Amino acid sequence: MIREITIGQYYPADSVIHRLDPRTKIIATFLFIVSLFVFDSFTGYIIVAGFLATCIILSKVPFSYMVKGLKAIVMLLMLTVIINMFMTPGEPLITVWKVTITKEGFRAAAFMGLRLMLLIIGSSVMTLTTTPNNLTDALEKILGPLKVFKAPVHEIAMMMSIALSFIPILIEETDKIMKAQMARGADFENKNLIKRVKSYIPILVPLFISAFRRAGDLAMAMEARCYRGGDGRTKMNPLKYCRRDYIAYAVCIIYLVAVVVIPRIFVI
Amino acid sequence: MSLIVNHVNYIYGENTAMEVRALSDVSFQIGDNEFIGVIGHTGCGKSTLMQLLNGILKPTSGEILYNGQDIQDEDFDKKLLRNKVGLVFQYPEHQLFEVDVFTDVCYGPRNMGLEENEIQLRAYDALKAVKLRDECFYVSPFDLSGGEKRRAAIAGVLAMKPEILILDEPTAGLDPKGREEILSLIRSLHDESGISIILVSHSMEDVAEYADRIIVMDKGKLQFDGSPAEVFDNYEALAEMGLSVPASKRVLYTLQQKGVPVKAKAITVHDAVDEIYRVYSGGKV
Repeated sequence: MIREITIGQYYPADSVIHRLDPRTKIIATFLFIVSLFVFDSFTGYIIVAGFLATCIILSKVPFSYMVKGLKAIVMLLMLTVIINMFMTPGEPLITVWKVTITKEGFRAAAFMGLRLMLLIIGSSVMTLTTTPNNLTDALEKILGPLKVFKAPVHEIAMMMSIALSFIPILIEETDKIMKAQMARGADFENKNLIKRVKSYIPILVPLFISAFRRAGDLAMAMEARCYRGGDGRTKMNPLKYCRRDYIAYAVCIIYLVAVVVIPRIFVI
Repeated sequence: MSLIVNHVNYIYGENTAMEVRALSDVSFQIGDNEFIGVIGHTGCGKSTLMQLLNGILKPTSGEILYNGQDIQDEDFDKKLLRNKVGLVFQYPEHQLFEVDVFTDVCYGPRNMGLEENEIQLRAYDALKAVKLRDECFYVSPFDLSGGEKRRAAIAGVLAMKPEILILDEPTAGLDPKGREEILSLIRSLHDESGISIILVSHSMEDVAEYADRIIVMDKGKLQFDGSPAEVFDNYEALAEMGLSVPASKRVLYTLQQKGVPVKAKAITVHDAVDEIYRVYSGGKV
């Protein structure tokens, strides 16, 4: 039940996308997100969707996995679409009672909806093909220059990697606790809101206690192995760019140029 | 009361890259007043099987019948099943949450919608049955020792008055003394109240001494199902699965191999000692 949350989950497979340097993937994802906002016609979406589809096929991750990430933002998506649809002034398309849907509103809603969906799917390509550890390593490397300004880059990366590695552990723990309480007749499907909120107390208390215990254990284990921050730490597998990373960067730049130029020539 | 497991299969994460086959074609049945030990290595599917029995997990195929009725049927009352088939998970930390032990034990009966005095009566009886010291009743469950927490957790399920009590690795993480205490407590629960017990463990020693019937699981399959004596006769097959038979049995077996005329029937340490004594004293006990 609860295991279906896929945000930040790694999908193991052997593909070109999986083998790319995580830095390449982060920067490419960033460029992809930027690219979503540089055009203003449907031609752009065709290019973006095409590019994304190619990435997904190359990544060998089943499409159903990508879409699962969307479930989490369904509410947000609906809200954005509805607000855009009704609140944009312009040429009226349909009027029902006092509510008017304008042509511009319809267009804006479709644009925002598509943008959000592509954004989420695009970023899940990154998270599904990169292990959390690799991701934070890459982030530490990319943000490295900020150390000059005394930014605690290593500490932030370490906190992120700990937080990320705790997600699956806590999900599994929640699953076990839920089962243990269900065995004692707990009911999580009560219609009454107050009763339903109350029914989660037997899950939250053991979960918090176990999270604190785990955090304490982890801190102890790190200290026992003489962890003392990032200075002078070396890596077992340092990140290294290969030929495929340079190719990936080249592809990204070509894609970015295409997204900027083509929608201006062929406007739909 | 009867619980029948009929050709049950279970697959985790079906149709994904993480697909794991946890159980394949498992069949057996549980009757009244049984004491069953389920043994197998970590990951052999024993915990999965237990969660199927009280309907928390749904079999991928096959069926489970409670008193002749399929528990996956639309009109079957799953809540009732969970009251009748009590499941105590491995870690008591996963279920204890209330301010004190007594209130925590009340949680199960309260979920059954009983009268307040009946709830408290059951909680009191359950705590007495697991032989928890009276001083522990009104302290926070998190301040108890490992063995006491386990007792409190067992009481929490026992208070629901199940017909079958399933205990998943109840001795994990306990010292030998605590282990012994919990196991003999379970045995006395069985003997006094007559409920059926399923004791899940990866240790043969735990199970051999207490269970009347042993089920051996390996790689998601049910390998053996019979009395301890019958199951331990498959000495070599068990060794191949990486499951050691109890030390007493091993000693007798080795003696037998060396040509000493002992009968390798004994299961408990006491019986084994008696048997060896019988042979070496030339029958004059």
